[in-house]
Formats: sequence, C-alpha cells, structure tokens
Amino acid sequence: MSGLVRHLYVHLPFCAHRCGYCDFVTAVGREEQHGAYVDALLAELELERALLHPRLGTIFLGGGTPTFTALPELERLLAALPAAADEVTVEANPETVTPALAQALRLGGVTRISLGAQSFQPHLLATLERRAGPDAVRRAFHTLRGAAFDNISLDLLFGIPGESPSDLERDLAEALTLEPEHLSLYELEAKPRTRFTLRHGVELERQAEAMESHFETVVETLTGAGYRWYETANFCRTAELGGGRDLRARHNVALWLGRDYLGLGIGAVSTVAGLRWRNRPGLGAYLRTLARGEQPPRELEPLGEGERRWERVLLGLRLDEPLPLAGLESALDGRAVDRLEGLGLTRRSEGALTLTGRGRLLGDAVTAELLA
Amino acid sequence: MDQAHIRNFSIIAHIDHGKSTLADRILEVTDTVSGREMREQVLDSMDLERERGITIKAQAVRVQWKGHQLNLIDTPGHVDFTYEVSRSLQACEGALLVVDAAQGIEAQTLANAYLALENELEIVPVVNKIDLPAADPDGAAGEVADLIGEDAERVLRISAKTGQGVEAVLDAIVERIPAPEGELDAPARALIFDSSYDQYRGVVAFVRVVDGRFRPRERLRAMAQGTRFEAEEIGFFSPTMRPQDGLAAGEVGYVITGLKDVSKLRVGDTLTAEARPAAEPLPGYKDVKPMVFAGLFPTDSDAYPELRDALERLKLNDAALSYEPENSQALGFGFRCGFLGLLHMEIVRERLEREFDLDLLVTAPNVAYRVTTVGNVEREVHSPADLPAEFERVDEPYIKASIIVPKEYVGAVMELNNDRRGRFDHLEYLSEQRVHLTYELPLAEIVLDYYDQLKSRTRGYASFDYDLSGFQEGNLVRVDVLVGGEPVDALSLIVHREGAYERGKALVERLKVEIPRQMFDVAIQAAIGSRVISRETVKARRKDVLSKCYGGDISRKRKLLEKQKAGKKRMKQVGAVEVPQEAFLAVLNLDAGKGR
Repeated sequence: MSGLVRHLYVHLPFCAHRCGYCDFVTAVGREEQHGAYVDALLAELELERALLHPRLGTIFLGGGTPTFTALPELERLLAALPAAADEVTVEANPETVTPALAQALRLGGVTRISLGAQSFQPHLLATLERRAGPDAVRRAFHTLRGAAFDNISLDLLFGIPGESPSDLERDLAEALTLEPEHLSLYELEAKPRTRFTLRHGVELERQAEAMESHFETVVETLTGAGYRWYETANFCRTAELGGGRDLRARHNVALWLGRDYLGLGIGAVSTVAGLRWRNRPGLGAYLRTLARGEQPPRELEPLGEGERRWERVLLGLRLDEPLPLAGLESALDGRAVDRLEGLGLTRRSEGALTLTGRGRLLGDAVTAELLA
Repeated sequence: MDQAHIRNFSIIAHIDHGKSTLADRILEVTDTVSGREMREQVLDSMDLERERGITIKAQAVRVQWKGHQLNLIDTPGHVDFTYEVSRSLQACEGALLVVDAAQGIEAQTLANAYLALENELEIVPVVNKIDLPAADPDGAAGEVADLIGEDAERVLRISAKTGQGVEAVLDAIVERIPAPEGELDAPARALIFDSSYDQYRGVVAFVRVVDGRFRPRERLRAMAQGTRFEAEEIGFFSPTMRPQDGLAAGEVGYVITGLKDVSKLRVGDTLTAEARPAAEPLPGYKDVKPMVFAGLFPTDSDAYPELRDALERLKLNDAALSYEPENSQALGFGFRCGFLGLLHMEIVRERLEREFDLDLLVTAPNVAYRVTTVGNVEREVHSPADLPAEFERVDEPYIKASIIVPKEYVGAVMELNNDRRGRFDHLEYLSEQRVHLTYELPLAEIVLDYYDQLKSRTRGYASFDYDLSGFQEGNLVRVDVLVGGEPVDALSLIVHREGAYERGKALVERLKVEIPRQMFDVAIQAAIGSRVISRETVKARRKDVLSKCYGGDISRKRKLLEKQKAGKKRMKQVGAVEVPQEAFLAVLNLDAGKGR
C-alpha cells in the first residue's frame, strides 16, 4: 500500500477581511456558505478516498483563516476527516482564538496550531491591515497553551514597509518570550497587482537591500536562541530543547522531501504519482460540481521525470539535512557542484549535498547554478 | 547608339537635399515611369523586378531625352560616404551637384564636389527646393558658384518637388556634360561599378562599357581576378530590366554572370571578352583601406555561419569591408571587421540586421594602429587586445576634419576639438553667417561619440566630413580591464596616456553598474600592464531565496528556475563571473553624461 498518499491538505478559504498583501485563495465572510463548503470538502474527500493510505501521516488545514469557519462546521469537518498518526495542524488568526475554539480543536484531534502573528509592532500590523493587535497575539498564544497545545508555531513577516532593524529585533525578542515550539519567518513578498504593492511599492523597492540584513538577523537570532533552522523559512526547537520531539512541521517536511499529497478545497494543489492538479479557485463552481457528486474543475499538470528531479533538488536544498544525490545525477551540473563548493556554498558528503549557511541564504541562486 | 548622343551622370548631394526626389522627377519627365509608378522613389526603393524571380535593385537607369540616351547612375543609398560615391562617379562624365536652397552647402557637399573635381567630372550645379518659404536661392547659388569656380548665373534653380526647372536640368546635362569617348573598335573593356546577387541568376554586375562591345553568350573575363564566365544576359534598366543584344562603348547596363560564388567578381574590376581580350585593365578604384575596426558577434552563437555568409555577401559590392574571424574569450566566435569609417560601420551593421535578419553584438570601435615592436618590426594592430605590452612606438591615423557651422557655434566646436586632441588648421567664412573650420584630429577621437557631441553642442547645425590624412606617432597606452582577476579582451582600450586614468576609472565605474551582483565579490579593475589604475567591487549578494515554498508554490518555483536558467544563457562567462552582453558595450557609453 506504499503507493498511497499519506499527507492531506484541506483548504478553508474564509476570512473576516482580506489583508492587502495576501494573494491566497480567500473568500471574505460568506458565513452562509460555510456549511455547504464543508459538505463539498467531504464530498471531494469521498471522491478521492481511494488515493489515500488508510493510515495517514499528516493533515494540514490552511487558509484563508480556517478558524474563521463557523465553529460547528469546523467541528463537523474535523470529526469527519480520517485520523493522522504524526500531526494535525490548523492555521489560526489570533483574533479568532477563544477558549471554546481551542477546546474544540483539541477535541477534534488537532495537535499543532500555526498562529498568524505577523508582527508585534502596532504600526506594522496596521500597515498589514491585520485586525489583531500585539496583545491579541499574546492572548491567543496563552489561550492555546491553556488548552494544552504543546506544539504551537508563530508566523512572522519581515520586510514590512516601514520596518526598521530594531522593529525586527523587537519582533523576534517578543516571539521568543512566548517560547513557541516553531517559528516561520517570511519575507513579505509584494505580489504584483495587489493593492498592497500599489500602495507600498516604492517603499518596498527602497528597502530591498535592507532585506539581506533582515534575513541574516533572523537566522542569527533564532539559531542563537536554540532553534533549528531546518528549512529556509522555518525554525523549530531543537530536539534537546524540545523534550526529544521532532518539532519540524511534519506535513511540510513531507512536501519538501517530495512525498505525494492530496489537497482538498478551492485552489488546493495535489501531487500524486507524477500528476499535479490544482482545483480552480471559484467557490461557486466548486460547490455546484461537488453537490452533483462530480470532481470540481481542475487544471492538470503532468510532471515528467526531469521535472520531478528538478523539484527534488529545489525542495531538498531548502532543508538542513543533506540531499541524497542517488537518482538525481542527471539533473545536476557536475562542474557547478565543484565551483559552488569552491565558493563555500555547498558541501558534498557520501553521495549527498548540503548547502552551507551562506549557501542557504543564496538558495535560489545556488539551485539555479546546480541544475543542469 | 552613337556615343555623341550618350550622357552618363550621377546626382551628388548632402543628405536630404533632394537627390531622390530629383531622380524620381527625371524618370517622370522623360516618360520612363508613369505617374502611377512614381508613388515610390524608384531609385531608392529597392524596387524589385519580380517577373522572372529576380530581385535586383537598379543601380543605373536609362532615360531618353531629346534624342539622347541619358544614364543616371545611382550613388548608393547612403550618400554620406565618399568612397561609395566615388565608385559611381568613375562611370560618369558628369554630375549634378544638388544643394538645398534653404540650407546652402554642407560638409558633404564640399566632399562630393571635391571628389567630382578629382575625377575630372563636369559639375552641373543645381539649387533645389526654391519653392520653400525659407529658400535663399541666390545665397545658395553664390556659395556653390564660389565652391566650384563657376558663374552664379549658370547655377540652375529648381524645385524637384514641383518639377519646376527639371527640364532645364535635362537640357543642361545634354549641353554641358561631355559625351563618352571610348574606342568602339578596340578590345572590349567595361568597369564593374557595382554588383548584386540573385539566388537564381547569380552575380549581376553593373558595368560602364568604356571600349568595344559586349554581347550575350560571349565568354568574358574579369581581368584582375581572372574569373571567367559566360554572359547569360546583357541589358539595361529603364527602370525594369531590358535585355539587349549588346552594350557598346559609352553605354551603361548590367551583365548577368551566372556566377554563384560572390567572391569571384569584385567591384572595381575590368571585364573584357575572352575572344579578343584587352591588354590593360581600366584604372580600378583606389584600394581603400579600412581604418575603423570593431568586433561583430552573433548574439546567438549558433548564428556564426549565417554571419559569415552574410559578410561574404556584403563584401561582394563593398570592397572596403574587411573581416577576419575573431575568437573572444568573452563573446565567443565572431569577426573583427574593418570599415572605412563610422557611417560605413553603421551601414554594414544595419544591413546585416535588416537584410540578413541577424541579431548582433558590436563591440566599441577602434582604429588601426601601426606598432613598431621592441624588435623593430612594424605591424598593424586592429584590436586593442593585440597591442603588445611593450613596444618602440605606436602610430595612429589622423583625419582632416571639415566642419561647417553658423558662426555663433565656432567656440563650441573649437572646445570640442581641443578636448579631442585636435589641432586647429584653418577657418574661413563661407558667408556672413557660416564658417568653414578645418582641424586635424586623431581618428580614434571621433570613432565613439564625436558626431553626437558635435551635433548636440551646435544644436544640430554643424555638418561634418573628414578625410584621412595619414599616420602620426601617439603617446598611447593600452588599458586592460580585469573582471574577477580575469582580463577581458573585448574591453581593452587604447588611449592617450594623459586620458588613461580618467577613461579607466569611468569604464570601471560603468561596469560596476552593468555587472549584476553575484554569489561572491567581484573585483573590477582597470590596469596599464601590471599597474592597476582603478578598482571597484561588485559586492556579493547576501540573500537570494524565496521564503515561502509550500505545496501550491512548487510549480511556480520550478518555472521561475527554468526562466532563470534561460536568462543565464544570455550571460557571458568571464571566469566564474556572469557578465551580461550589454556590459561589453559599456565603453560605448563612457562619455554619456560627460562633457556638456
């Protein structure tokens, strides 16, 4: 049964408000459709169930704001999803976290919360159009701890227009005070044509060079505080400090290792046995087709051997563990491997390749160089 | 036709003074082309004869006027360059010198007039555009009359646009230009003054028959090259191809040779008949030597064979173009091409890109240098990278520059020429308003941006022409550029010692902007020999990675990488450093922004 998929992603698109910088598939409000959407998710799950391994490894509920979904519907969804052996993560926005929600998530089998803090600085949160202030972030965190969640991740953004180096240092310090098991640090990406980019484009352009130092600050501060920089943008408590647990985001680690995954919901992407598909983002069409028991509209992308090898390299090199090269030789430029090693950006050891710290900061450039 | 009734002439004019319009009007007035056919400028329009799948542009058109056969020989499209004009002039006995009534004589007018006089042509002066509101026909006529030593009364005043005075021009051609005086009974001789290539019929030679008679199906020989062939067809253009049973002394026309190898027939050579060959060839053209050199590289390195074929094709009717293979470590395989001057270079480049659909990278031009090595051996160097590190002396080509400007810009022109190591020679008032200046300048000082500077400092009023005046010793050094410690041959410069530091610094600063940050620090240095005179560093990038990459991002990320890889292919590798092709043109832009 090893050909079956062990990793399930469920997309919950609803949000109270669409933040200016966001380019995810989201739907604002639509409370009246939450029930129908959960019905559709479960219908899609039934259609694809044959692809799933009877014993799932991980489930990830992402959004949107999954915790903005009407609580009874969220509870119904959690109850209907199969069990997962290693991890069930839900993304949450601070302002949605109440004791009742935390309790419901616990009871629904959720083991890990990824909390979208973004920043602790009021002026930066305002720029991001986030509704929660810094206190709401702290309160949400304590509420989750109170509900005995022992694996909480904080999402932070850096490179927010108007962010100074000391703003970033303060953000990191405040996040560390909460002692989260996991931290994700994302550089704010100005997506073309979002109203955010239109409004802040000039400032983003101006601070592009400061981003380099920002990223270095992030890596130095967090690794210095006992976190493992296990993926380009992700940090977790080391096993020694984390009670011997592997606190990496297990669902995402599976993706980075090139495992197959099934995605449910609008805009969700699946990759199964060399075929990738993306559900179309339209909510109406998704609900209509699944109500008829048909597959929702999708875009298919068959992946050739070469493409799959490329993806193994580009994903694998984001991790701190060595990338085994067996089977990937044809995707790599041998001379580039030597050249990059000479520049101190990569290291080879026993049939595997690792990026050095500097190499990881230049990960995309190094990858582009390595691929033949 | 009896030679007494033949007239062979060209039209010479400064650009935009109305050469093409006058040519059109002559065809129309002589009923050679109907009004309907006149829509396009016939001689300049690459008007093609397609009936027989032939694609040849008429270089000489025959018209009839009052019982005379007039052959209008086109001076090739770009009139700016004397060498091109001179070829056509050798096939003529006279020339119309056309001057714009509003502009008066310009630098090219002078150059063309001198050229016509050197060739002992009868000059028929014509002031054109007399219908323009700003026209000063008397003023212009006075200038031309002074220039060629003619009575101002004899200067024709016309408007080619309206047709006013064009018949008088035709009459003057008949009256003033001498008839050819070849020997009809002598062995046949014809000057090849231009040629073209047709893929079905091979090389087509444009000829002026000087002596004897040529007939189709005859065995012919090009005397200098020794190429033998059978004349497949002989005729003239009027304005389309008209095959004839022969061309006789004094006449102008074409010979279809059937030769498939363009290098077998050179413009300037003499044709004769094998059956009764002439003893001596005609005096050919002065062997013109290229003085300006630049590297031409295909942007796509796979296009090298196409570039070679195209150059070979151009060389057919452009004897002055030279090329030799060049292998630049930075730009790959291409050609070091020699040109007579900047305009020639521009024309060749334009033709290669337009007619042959090539995408080219042209390096900064430099001049030919004569180097005397330490061992006292003299040789010519066409590329800065070839200048040895040590030498006895270097000589560089000088020009005599001729500049005509309104008097208020004389100061600006003098300042520019002083900046460019110019030596003042002569100043003369052509009229109360206009001054003719001559200067001696190193050719190297004008090859980059002199003309642009001249135009901008004189608000476009200056006209400029030059003649080579020989070689003179220069206090010159080679400045090398090192990128990441590697010398980059395509960026070497030969400059005057006094300007070396400044040029080196400017080049290095420019390159710092052009070379993108890499994964390591890149030193950019300018050096004379082993002495570094300027240095800049392109700091290494410290971050280049997308922070977010989850299930939904993977395809996008992979496609980004594919694009990035494709972009790298357009970069040239210098050691470990990726240098965009544009950076190699940095030398061209050095003076932009400087010297206003």
